[in-house]
Amino acid sequence: MEHIIWNPTMECMPREQLRTLQDERLRDVVRRVYENVPFYRNKMQERGITPMDIRGVCDIELLPFTEKQDLRDHYPFGLFAVPQSEIVRIHASSGTTGKPTVVGYTGGDIDRWSELMARSMYCAGIGKADIVQVAYGYGLFTGGLGAHYGAERIGATVVPISGGNTVRQLMLLQDFGATALCCTPSYALNLAEALEAQGVKQTKLKSGIFGAEPWTQAMRERIEAMLGIDAINIYGLSEVMGPGVSVECLCKQGMHIWEDHFLPEIIGDDNRGLPYGERGDLTFTTLTKHGMPLLRYRTHDLCELTSEPCACGRTHVCMSRVMGRTDDMLIIRGVNVFPSQVEHALLQVEGIVPQYQIVIERQGNLDTMEVQVELSPDFMSDTVRDIEALENRIVSAIAAHALVSATVKLCQPGTLPRSEGKAKRVLDKRQM
Amino acid sequence: MFVKQISVFIENTPGRLAEVTQILAANNIDLVSLSIADTTNFGILRGIVAEPEKTAALLSEHGYTVKLTDVLAVYVPDKPGGLAQILTMLSNERIALEYLYSFVRNANDFALIIFRVDQPQAARTLLTQAGVKLLTQRDIAAL
Repeated sequence: MEHIIWNPTMECMPREQLRTLQDERLRDVVRRVYENVPFYRNKMQERGITPMDIRGVCDIELLPFTEKQDLRDHYPFGLFAVPQSEIVRIHASSGTTGKPTVVGYTGGDIDRWSELMARSMYCAGIGKADIVQVAYGYGLFTGGLGAHYGAERIGATVVPISGGNTVRQLMLLQDFGATALCCTPSYALNLAEALEAQGVKQTKLKSGIFGAEPWTQAMRERIEAMLGIDAINIYGLSEVMGPGVSVECLCKQGMHIWEDHFLPEIIGDDNRGLPYGERGDLTFTTLTKHGMPLLRYRTHDLCELTSEPCACGRTHVCMSRVMGRTDDMLIIRGVNVFPSQVEHALLQVEGIVPQYQIVIERQGNLDTMEVQVELSPDFMSDTVRDIEALENRIVSAIAAHALVSATVKLCQPGTLPRSEGKAKRVLDKRQM
Repeated sequence: MFVKQISVFIENTPGRLAEVTQILAANNIDLVSLSIADTTNFGILRGIVAEPEKTAALLSEHGYTVKLTDVLAVYVPDKPGGLAQILTMLSNERIALEYLYSFVRNANDFALIIFRVDQPQAARTLLTQAGVKLLTQRDIAAL
């Protein structure tokens, strides 16, 4: 198998040299945040450390962690390390109500992001001659624009179709002869099934870069079989950059993390770093971002890093698929949902007991979320209207606090499962 | 002269309604009248029994969510226009009707109908003054 590498100097850099580069860049980002971001300066001062104390990667554990809550606490622009006039792009996390997590990019950040997405395109075997259909959503979400800039950087023909309107997608996919597809794995499956329903045996597609939600090997095999393509996994999160933090090469043995730009750590339950091969919380320090650099950002995605060299020749460390979450966050229709927020929502509504269960299923290719909640013995009405009004109040509370639209099923008191310790609140029936 | 109606929340799961009727049967409780309001997600069983408070307590003990509501139990002349006359009276006085359903038994030339209105006192006064016969809780028990 031939592996064409976009930036061999960086991507195949010997590990010792890579480490020296990381040491230098870590010292630089620590200095920049210390000088420009009050949040980080305070945190470091609390620990009694200054940028001079960080010699390199060996001193990473001296630095504080960053959590999503820190971004929320400093909404919208409190963690930016440059004046707003230097920020050329804002992106935000998904979710249609409430305050999102905000990220800011300088021109340099956009340029580096494009570079990393260009590398990612080449990892998937996509090149200048390809026609790339970008069916990730364009907008505040990082997916669409991220893929777009990468495909454009390599000189491919970009079709910025964004998400939705499957009928049109299929028509243009065939008319334009797209050779590469970028979208979520569940949408890829949607398209594959729609093509099959149309009786289309073969398209010009050769590869796809899929991410923004977890998916299994089984799902990959299905997509590859149905579309006749290489289905490549891509990983990222807007806080750290967007898609392209890591990506699989055609070896499909793990996703290369671009270590010249991101320093990964696997953090264990005791908040200490774990060695390669052990599963823990994937944590990133951004080495080259200027707009909103982050130190030791806890993704709460569970995975392992491997020290196995990759046959493609790239030396950057590989991460496994994301195996789950360290917290209870769910991804439903692309939106991050925390069961604790659902619980918080339920506590706002009178007439129910906050004994609840969240049942998540996949109907067709779309996630559904049903919140089963017990009616309070004290609340009852003889009219349907009153009970339906209660259901609607619950739906509204969940939309307001958990930022997701769910259906509600009222249940008899005492019927939902109880447990001794932490109640199992979520029944995820999806098989991804 | 109100009658107390029991309303019971019935979750939309197979067997729930059967279970309620089994509990009543096991305790020798006769359902004089009943109606079930159904939606996609749940149902409300509305019933008239001889001893509503005891029945409500019994069902609560079994984990059901129950409410007692004052309703009117009315003897409605069992001929064309019988119901229309009573409904017109209520509507002229701007008394809103939530729902109604009829008894499983009838009494000679009368149908027995349960009315749930938004102003029970006003409705009772109005109908009694018009000579309409209403049942009491004791009458129910004697049926």
